[in-house]
Amino acid sequence: MLQSMRAFFAERYVLEVETPIISNAAITDPQIESLSSRYQQKNYYLHTSPEFYMKRLLAAGSGDIFQFAKVFRDDENGRFHNPEFSLLEWYRIGFDHHQLMDELQSLISCLMPEEKIPFQRISYQQAFIKALKIDPFDTDVNALKQSAKKHNIETPQGMGDEKDIWLDWLMVEKIAAGFSKNSFTFLYDYPASQASLARLDKEDSRKANRFELFYGELELANGFYELTDAKEQAQRFENDNEIRRQRQQKIMPVDYALLAALKSGLPDCSGVALGIDRLLMLLTSAGHIKEVISFGDEFER
Amino acid sequence: MASYSTNEFRGGLKLILDNDPCSIIENELVKPGKGQAFNRVKLRNLKTGRVLERTFKSGESVEAADVIDVEMEFSYNDGEFWYFMDPATYEQIAAPDSAMVDSGKWIKAQELCTVTLWNGAPLVVTAPNFVELAVTETDPGLKGDTAQGGTKPATLESGAVVKVPLFIEEGEILKIDTRSGEYVSRVKA
Repeated sequence: MLQSMRAFFAERYVLEVETPIISNAAITDPQIESLSSRYQQKNYYLHTSPEFYMKRLLAAGSGDIFQFAKVFRDDENGRFHNPEFSLLEWYRIGFDHHQLMDELQSLISCLMPEEKIPFQRISYQQAFIKALKIDPFDTDVNALKQSAKKHNIETPQGMGDEKDIWLDWLMVEKIAAGFSKNSFTFLYDYPASQASLARLDKEDSRKANRFELFYGELELANGFYELTDAKEQAQRFENDNEIRRQRQQKIMPVDYALLAALKSGLPDCSGVALGIDRLLMLLTSAGHIKEVISFGDEFER
Repeated sequence: MASYSTNEFRGGLKLILDNDPCSIIENELVKPGKGQAFNRVKLRNLKTGRVLERTFKSGESVEAADVIDVEMEFSYNDGEFWYFMDPATYEQIAAPDSAMVDSGKWIKAQELCTVTLWNGAPLVVTAPNFVELAVTETDPGLKGDTAQGGTKPATLESGAVVKVPLFIEEGEILKIDTRSGEYVSRVKA
């Protein structure tokens, strides 16, 4: 599988790179917890994706790049999660997120040439309207709660009143669960509040140009038409840490080197990270992620 | 009060839900990409035996149930309570009928049972998976009928009635699977 992927990128003149795994800065996203490590009494973090370093390469003029990376996330352990897992991440200069979806689709079709698995594309907004008859960009948390009730969707313990948490819950319980079982679905243009590192849509700033790829209801990849504005990126890091403060989570050290790189100029580009282990599960019909990771059953579960 | 966070959830963990002690059967992490994670949990209510499903926003804490399993020897039944003794400390406890569920009909004196204690009081008594019991009453055995063929009821010394092959005689000792209530084999004396 890795060989086919390397051949795919070689044909397209995308350069393979490697970037550091440990860093003194870390991701600020309140939903993702980094593992930490020490060097001579000083705290470092293991990366949760190679994104920050890869963007610094892009800003330095690397051109199109890809990387296979082992990444680490705390508290993620289950049938489809392992705290240590593998990503294929790549960036294409001059691509928007739709062009990158096209390329991801070609890559996956290359890996399973015998199977003609269909691909679908639906926007986040359309998916909510189709499944729940509710416009996610034009609604408040109370309407989401009512919609859940109307569709007999259970309320998890501890939900609270944050709109994004309710959107996420309806997303897993109703939207993704309703995706066609044996096909791939691209979901694109997420709410601006879930932009992560994607730019906001030029025409409608309630949307962010972010996409995810699912097989059935299983998430396989996450991609962005990348945010290149250093000021806006700095503001998002700050907002993340503010949410962390409110939720009494650890405040994370912001990556100023990335902000400097964005300031010096990140070329217009799109990037995506594909979960290698889940893709392997799919190719081998494995029921648990530990079956596709060597010594995967040695981690305490 | 002791409690567990969702990221400590795993099979066998004991929690209090709706005031009842429950044991986790299965815990699945559900995470929508970069969004909020949830735990989908399948649990057994230890009081009723019923299986239920619950979802928690990850990071939530749930009250821990003080539930432990101890191996105890069955002593006797006085018609109201079933008495068990800890073979190491000789400490005795009395379990009500409700805690016995199905176990009462499979055990005789000195049988080692698993007693599940909740806040120190017996909640459920589980008989061993296999027990050996003598037949006290059954129709005479049919000579020549050894392997295939029908079955007949037999009463065992614990009072249980099980279906046994036609060749079984009174006084024989049988191995029984208490989970299915089925005859397994004869035990050579």
